[in-house]
Amino acid sequence: MIQDGVEDEEKWLAAGITGLQQNAFYMHRALDSNNLKDALKYSAQMLSELRTSRLSPHKYYELYMRAFDELRQLEMFFKEETKRGCSIVELYELVQHAGNILPRLYLLCTVGSVYIKSKEAPAKDVLKDLVEMCRGIQHPVRGLFLRSYLSQVSRDKLPDIGSEYEGDADTVMDAVEFVLQNFTEMNKLWVRMQHQGAAREKERREKERSELRDLVGKNLHVLSQIEGIDLDMYRDLVLPRVLEQVVNCKDDIAQYYLMDCIIQVFPDEYHLQTLEILLGACPQLQPGVDIKTVLSRLMERLSNYAVSSAEVLPEFFQVEAFTKLNNSIGKVIEAQVDMTADGAVTLYSSLLKFTLHVHPDRLDFVDQILGACVMKLSSKGKLKDSKATKEIVALLSAPLDKYNDIDTALKLSNYSRVMDCLDDGTNKVMANVIVQSIMKNKTCISTADKVEALFELIKGLIQDLGEHLQDELDEDDFKEEQNSVARLIQMLYTDDPEEMLKIVCIMRKHILTGGPKRLPFTVPPLVFNSLKLVRQLQGQEENVAQEEASATPKKVFQLLNQTIEALSVVPVPELALQLYLQCAETANDCDLEPVAYEFFTQAYILYEEEISDSRAQVTAIHLIIGTLQRMHVFGVENRDTLTHKATGYSAKLLKKPDQCRAVYACSHLFWFDDQDGIKDGERVLLCLKRALRIANAAQQMANAARGNSGSVMLFIEILNKYLYFFEKGNSQITVTSIQSLIELITTEMQSDTLTHDPAADAFFASTLRYIQFQKDKGGAVGEKYEPIKV
Amino acid sequence: MVLVLALGDLHIPHRAPDLPPKFKSMLVPGKIQHIICTGNLCIKEVHDYLRTVCPDLHITQGEYDEETRYPETKTLTIGQFKLGICHGHQVIPWGDLDSLAMLQRKLDVDILVTGHTHQFKAYKHEAGVVINPGSATGAHSSITYDVNPSFVLMDIDGLRVVVYVYELIDGEVKVDKIDFKKTTATAPSAH
Repeated sequence: MIQDGVEDEEKWLAAGITGLQQNAFYMHRALDSNNLKDALKYSAQMLSELRTSRLSPHKYYELYMRAFDELRQLEMFFKEETKRGCSIVELYELVQHAGNILPRLYLLCTVGSVYIKSKEAPAKDVLKDLVEMCRGIQHPVRGLFLRSYLSQVSRDKLPDIGSEYEGDADTVMDAVEFVLQNFTEMNKLWVRMQHQGAAREKERREKERSELRDLVGKNLHVLSQIEGIDLDMYRDLVLPRVLEQVVNCKDDIAQYYLMDCIIQVFPDEYHLQTLEILLGACPQLQPGVDIKTVLSRLMERLSNYAVSSAEVLPEFFQVEAFTKLNNSIGKVIEAQVDMTADGAVTLYSSLLKFTLHVHPDRLDFVDQILGACVMKLSSKGKLKDSKATKEIVALLSAPLDKYNDIDTALKLSNYSRVMDCLDDGTNKVMANVIVQSIMKNKTCISTADKVEALFELIKGLIQDLGEHLQDELDEDDFKEEQNSVARLIQMLYTDDPEEMLKIVCIMRKHILTGGPKRLPFTVPPLVFNSLKLVRQLQGQEENVAQEEASATPKKVFQLLNQTIEALSVVPVPELALQLYLQCAETANDCDLEPVAYEFFTQAYILYEEEISDSRAQVTAIHLIIGTLQRMHVFGVENRDTLTHKATGYSAKLLKKPDQCRAVYACSHLFWFDDQDGIKDGERVLLCLKRALRIANAAQQMANAARGNSGSVMLFIEILNKYLYFFEKGNSQITVTSIQSLIELITTEMQSDTLTHDPAADAFFASTLRYIQFQKDKGGAVGEKYEPIKV
Repeated sequence: MVLVLALGDLHIPHRAPDLPPKFKSMLVPGKIQHIICTGNLCIKEVHDYLRTVCPDLHITQGEYDEETRYPETKTLTIGQFKLGICHGHQVIPWGDLDSLAMLQRKLDVDILVTGHTHQFKAYKHEAGVVINPGSATGAHSSITYDVNPSFVLMDIDGLRVVVYVYELIDGEVKVDKIDFKKTTATAPSAH
């Protein structure tokens, strides 16, 4: 049926065009032969086609445009006629004899245009006459097009200031009055369309209306181009009259369109100076009007205006633009009870952007906006609406983007309250935005208060919030998120040790609430950050006398102990062991023997009780020996206990080669190269001999299990250790013992049962080459090596 | 001519948020033929990043690495040079030149690259070179506290290697150069 409607319309349009063209043809013939009477007759008949009610606005427009072109020619003809001596006044009378009102008015407007040009009567009088006469057409579509025609032909003939049609004083008033009147009438016609026809056709009607809106809006364009309208006139006459019409028409479509139109066509400085009047109209609009978009656009325009030049900023302050906008938004939200949360947030978001542009220094304004936002949102509980949450993320991101500095957000007391309105998922998203902003700008957060505020903002990342988000989150995403928290921890830093201790305590407090899934990510950076602090304190102690300072290495170590202990719930014993050893070494540097011993004890307990994987054990042993080797803080007793244990662990590793290597590594626990270090040559030798025994046992085992004796690799390694201590001057390592080891290896390598191992060959060869190298060096070293035969 | 990037001990995110931006802007994809990394990256993100710089990536196991399947030591041959990589926490005493020399003999390599101490080192030893590229992020360690970020670029050309050391000192990248020429007589491939 709709299809039929469209087809019918096409037919009607075609018929209209045919009729129009036919009459236009005759009209042209009359024009060519200067036959005024026929010209009027056929032009009137041609214009009669516009009397149709069957066409939609869209099609009607097509017909109208054809008529419009013809009328241009007719107008030329009229102009020619007056030159030929025909009186324009007579002509003006003559066209009024047309039978039908619509053709008559079109002709009248056309002659009117020529009349004004002839200046035989003041423009204002002719215009006034025309705009009054047009009242004769009350059919909305026909009326709108007729008045649009009037507007079109008159727009360059308004008695504006500086125009050739400017008459006596104040004629610009007449121009304004004319346009305003035409605008008012057109708007009335446009609004009336809404109330005609069947209710079920509402949708179609609204579509048709929106097709026509530019005809009405054109008047506002014309107004904006009248030179004579200065700010005073705009404020006192134009704007109030336009707004009066907008408010009184009580039509949603018209109000929305026209408000937007006002904002777009008039200059920014006028808006700024008439903000109160313009905003005053907003709460009076219909509840269905999308006021948030209108206001957002206004604020956007003003923001751009503010950015355009620094000179205009004082104007903003002078008119208190922020206060006015803020009040108005409050009133609008109050008036439009049905406004959705996202609508309200959009408004605040626009106001915030405006504020950031116009008052970048007024954090209190920003906070005020956030506060108002909280007021609006808090009543609704956690937001579920995705559009609204998206808007809030935009709202909260704006200050971060503007200031490139999280510091600012941390000063805003309402910031976290807005975040609380978000659902947990979005809260996390926002927390991530904050973290990314910090990382991107490399902002160092350097006071305890700010760190506390920051953790409040990003608590969604730090701990589980009520809901079961964990299950939803992909493991990789979770990792990435926690790694970004770990990165963030690096940014919480100050050179002031007292403050840094406070920061560490705050970090610790929050991080330890993270639960077993997060701790392995967040504890290590916290520990290293704390160790950095210890280092700072150490440096400070050397310089400043420390009487009242509360931050001491000891205190930090206490915190560290408890922090690492927290990992036991995860559990990640390898990680905890590594961290304990790191702490022990730092305690060593602080000369805190009991503290260092305690850390070692913790590490040993973990090794004994928790670490059972053999590869993990090997790594742990290396770290234990490596760290212990560097410790100088221990007295004889503690040292003995710890080294004894370490050697014991080494000898109990699962694989013989691992045992062997760990045991010979232990030899370094008894020999320190520095001047007054321990040099217990005997025990070094004991370790190496023990390693040899294990290497032997390893080979025998290989023999028994596989029928061949495996590699001599371990022997060569031990040989190298012998050479090492030999060179260091350990008198227990004799030339003979080295020589016999070389022989042992040589024999083994020639043995039939040995699997050929090119790596061992190469190692042995390079070892022998090394001995030769040392021999060739000459001097004390060369002398030492001289007796060894290779 | 082959460019080899050597770096390690990044400790991201435990001790440093990221590589210094100045380094990142130097490490553009397509210029480097091999990366050798001594370990302690510590997370996959860093691994993935290195892969974008150069897909031929050789990593050994650091004690803090999230990934636990890297080898303890690794050797590879580039041009006329045999290179060995090891994180270094297994070599006790840590950072000890003579003990590293033993590892060099064991792996039978011309160039040994190790880490762990976060101290940049490059010295000729016997017939080879021992390099510690330091920490690429300047991560502090209990051995070295004030660490300047550093990495090493090796330009291997036949029997010659030029070792460039890039160190970030007070925000400025300082470059040092060590030249090393291998005598064919000691080439391990001869054995």
